[in-house]
Amino acid sequence: MTGWRHDSAGMVDRDRPLSFTFDGQPCTGFAGDTLASALLAGGPRILGRSFKYHRPRGLWGMGGEEPNAILDVTENGRTLPNVRATTMVLRDGMALRSVNAAPDAARDRLGLIDLAQRFLPAGFYYKTFMALGWMRWEPMIRRMAGLGVLDADHHPPADAPSMTAEIDLLVIGAGPAGLAAARAAARAGRAVWLVDEAAEPGGALRWRGGEIDGAPWQAFARDSCQAVTAAGGRVLTDTVLWGAFDHGMFAAWERRADRPDRHWRLRAREVILAAGAIERPLWFANNDLPGVMSSEAALHYLALYGAVAGRRIVIGCAGDAPYATAAALAAAGCQVTLVDARSETPPAPEGVTLRRAARITRAHGHREVGAVTVEGVHLDCDTVLVSGGFTPSVHLHCQAGGKLDFDPRTDALIPRPGSAPLLTVGAACGAFGLAAALAGGHVAGGGAGPAPAASGAVWGIAPSRPDPKARGRVWIDPQNDVTLKDVKLAAQEGYRSVEHLKRYTTLGMATDQGRSANFAGLAAMAALTGQTIPETGTTTYRPPFTPVPLSVIGGMRRGEGFAPPRRLRLEAQHRALGARFREYGGWLRPAHYGTDEAKAAQAEARTARQTAGLYDASPLGKIEVLGPGAAELLDFCGYVRMSTLKPGRARYGFMLSETGIVFDDGVVLRLAEDRFIVSASSGHVGSVRMILEEARQDRFDPARVVLHDVTAQWTTLTATGPASRALLGGAGIDLPDLPHMGVAETRWQGVPLRIARVSFTGDASWELSVPARHGAALQAALETARAGHGACWVGLEAVMILRAEKGFILVGKDTDGITMPQDLGWGGPRDRRQDEYFGRRSLFTPEAMRPDRRQLVGLETSGAPLPTGAHVLASDGPRRSAGFVTSSCHSPTLDRPVALAMIEGGRSRIGQEVTVFHLGTLSTARITDACALDPEGARLHG
Amino acid sequence: MQRFSCPFCGLRDETEFHFAAEAGKHRPEPAPEVSDADWADYLFGNDAPRGPAREVWVHLTCGEFFVMTRDTVTREVLGSAALPGRSQ
Ligand SMILES: [Zn+2]
Repeated sequence: MTGWRHDSAGMVDRDRPLSFTFDGQPCTGFAGDTLASALLAGGPRILGRSFKYHRPRGLWGMGGEEPNAILDVTENGRTLPNVRATTMVLRDGMALRSVNAAPDAARDRLGLIDLAQRFLPAGFYYKTFMALGWMRWEPMIRRMAGLGVLDADHHPPADAPSMTAEIDLLVIGAGPAGLAAARAAARAGRAVWLVDEAAEPGGALRWRGGEIDGAPWQAFARDSCQAVTAAGGRVLTDTVLWGAFDHGMFAAWERRADRPDRHWRLRAREVILAAGAIERPLWFANNDLPGVMSSEAALHYLALYGAVAGRRIVIGCAGDAPYATAAALAAAGCQVTLVDARSETPPAPEGVTLRRAARITRAHGHREVGAVTVEGVHLDCDTVLVSGGFTPSVHLHCQAGGKLDFDPRTDALIPRPGSAPLLTVGAACGAFGLAAALAGGHVAGGGAGPAPAASGAVWGIAPSRPDPKARGRVWIDPQNDVTLKDVKLAAQEGYRSVEHLKRYTTLGMATDQGRSANFAGLAAMAALTGQTIPETGTTTYRPPFTPVPLSVIGGMRRGEGFAPPRRLRLEAQHRALGARFREYGGWLRPAHYGTDEAKAAQAEARTARQTAGLYDASPLGKIEVLGPGAAELLDFCGYVRMSTLKPGRARYGFMLSETGIVFDDGVVLRLAEDRFIVSASSGHVGSVRMILEEARQDRFDPARVVLHDVTAQWTTLTATGPASRALLGGAGIDLPDLPHMGVAETRWQGVPLRIARVSFTGDASWELSVPARHGAALQAALETARAGHGACWVGLEAVMILRAEKGFILVGKDTDGITMPQDLGWGGPRDRRQDEYFGRRSLFTPEAMRPDRRQLVGLETSGAPLPTGAHVLASDGPRRSAGFVTSSCHSPTLDRPVALAMIEGGRSRIGQEVTVFHLGTLSTARITDACALDPEGARLHG
Repeated sequence: MQRFSCPFCGLRDETEFHFAAEAGKHRPEPAPEVSDADWADYLFGNDAPRGPAREVWVHLTCGEFFVMTRDTVTREVLGSAALPGRSQ
């Protein structure tokens, strides 16, 4: 513990101490601390182990750019993995745990790996273990590397509201530039949204302080926020703008104390980006030792939290920014030596030793820094602060499609004006220093008159670069453990593009997105390959700017909230009958009635064959097709002609895709010359309607035919089985004299009733449809009559048995993405139709004509049912699959297994024995017709 | 999240839309007179232009198909109109 707490600096509440633990050791902090400030002032210095080499690592930065201080945080029994210590507020009782360390950060056993570092260059694991069999070694490698541990029992609530807003002017960042822009625009009457990731507006003013227009900066910030609110705008703090997306959409994560976080989708007419800049490190040997940290961050912790990084401090820099840090630390009582690479510098702050034209070349220390070498001279210290310049936070500019230019004056890549639909101001475009930031913001906000005034020149900066000739291990990306040597290796092996450098070395690919590392990586690459920085370029910036919990992005769209199942109008009635529900094609439907699924399904299927079964068929899609052009439309869109269908009759048919593949099947009812109902599989209604709509609008006269999806308007209950006619009579339903595939519109108890004699079971069946609000009455009538006829309600599992016995297919289960109607034994229309229809030409391609296409057949076995998905082996040649089982079950009526399968040339092989392969075991089966029960269809006429 | 303009409903989120086809694509028929190559080209051959593209999209919410012109590089929507012969 080298850091300490200043007795007056900062804004923590010293009357409210908070206890927490780090790797089990008790620590204390104060209300107002972040995890990082509390650990800096009163915790250990080693906060974790590095990703690859298990090097000890300590705090580096102050925000989302933090590469090292990544912790698992347990609070109220719930663990959040990989929390940046810099961005989470400390609360009493938190248990913090270092990541990637065993047993803990201080005593990590795998620290030995670092001794083998010379054998672990970039690409080592892939180069080595690919040859040895990656799959075998990967689990071990993954255990050794990686970050926090996911708490599998932690299911964060799906409670983050998704918000949207349309904004006139969005200002991203409430530092001096953002405040000035927002104030100017608000004063001109514009509604501005000012968004900042910190808890308070002010940006760097919060720790750097300063006077604006002759008053403390706080007055300026307050005034700006008031102007925003007064003009109808909004100030959102604790809100990270994490991504820029298509058509001007921005996503933001708003963190809220004691309430669910919120996720925002913002669209603005105009956007001003004032995201500031992030300090770069310096590149000397062992620059990753705990105790080496960002100079700006040290000032931040001192000014906001009274947390002081150390007592004997060396600051390395080549710019003016750290002079304020040096002055503040000296005033706090630290012994400070400022090592500036420039020969011309500002004067030394009071109490600070300044060494000009000097560089730190090496840090010394085993577990933390204890000394540095400055121009060959050994200098004892306990803390090293570094400032290698600043990298403007241009992420959102680049995500929005913007380009960058290299600005030698600030030694930084800054947004090219006009290259993205947003305006970048302040440090984010290289305007370092208070006066420059205020001026830029004021102009961008359309400010009239002079900009807010502040003293202080633009910061002087001399370029700092990794020295390719530097000795020792110099870290470029501490979070992913990428060293200068790795970059050199990449250059030696011929990598030139930074995108390749990134993927080869993993530079910048960690959760900090390499925010403090990327510039050094590309600068080193440029130096090693003899290119300029613009020639070397940058990697692509992608969202998120900062890691965002998926629970926030997902919001309430999880579980049932993600894809809400459609529910039956009669769900309560089915539940009262003991139904167990399951999702089928997006609908929650009774799977079976009673507890034991296998037994119930068998018993229900048996009863339905012996007497009668009742089931709820309401989810079956019903699309009404109306108008004089209806028949013509259906002829084109369907595989089976419907214009020849007589009113009052129904016909089974298919809908194909234009590639000839079976898209859906179902029965079409013709109620009148100009009125049809197309049934669609419950999961396909929407897409079937779209196929019909496209043809209607793009091929036919849309005034002559209209479509109407009436699925939800009807409740359909089906009675099937030899006793079904009697049962319906008992329920008071007057059955007209209907042949199989006959349809009638009648009335029952004064209510419209449509009766269709169509069958999905092979038994005489009656499909009864009433307006949905009368479904309960129909159900009650059927239920009253049911027991007297020995009938039962059947769930979908029993219906699946009944249809499998008959060889009736389920599109998508018994068919796949290459099944054509002729493969199902429906070659008739293909051979006979002379008119044009959807998918027609595809049925005559060489592929469609192959004699060895997979065809629908049945499989007969003894013993247990075949597993669905089992392969049928080719009868000759090397072992290969000639097809597979698509449906399989035990038939209670036949008292033997039945199965459907798609087998190459199967219909010409009926009667043959085949070998079935499943998970290494072989069995035999006999190919049969798909229909195993009542092939003559006698039962249909009940 | 892109935003497209339905000629009937106005500006809506892209999730309400579905791509249908490249505009102006002619369906070759009758089938017996169409070669395998021409049919394959109709099914799978797309111009996929880099830059402005004319495409048929459907607004799932209202069910109307329409022609949208958009830039496939910048993703700018350059215009949308009802299918030829359809009034808006
Ligand atoms: Zn629309």
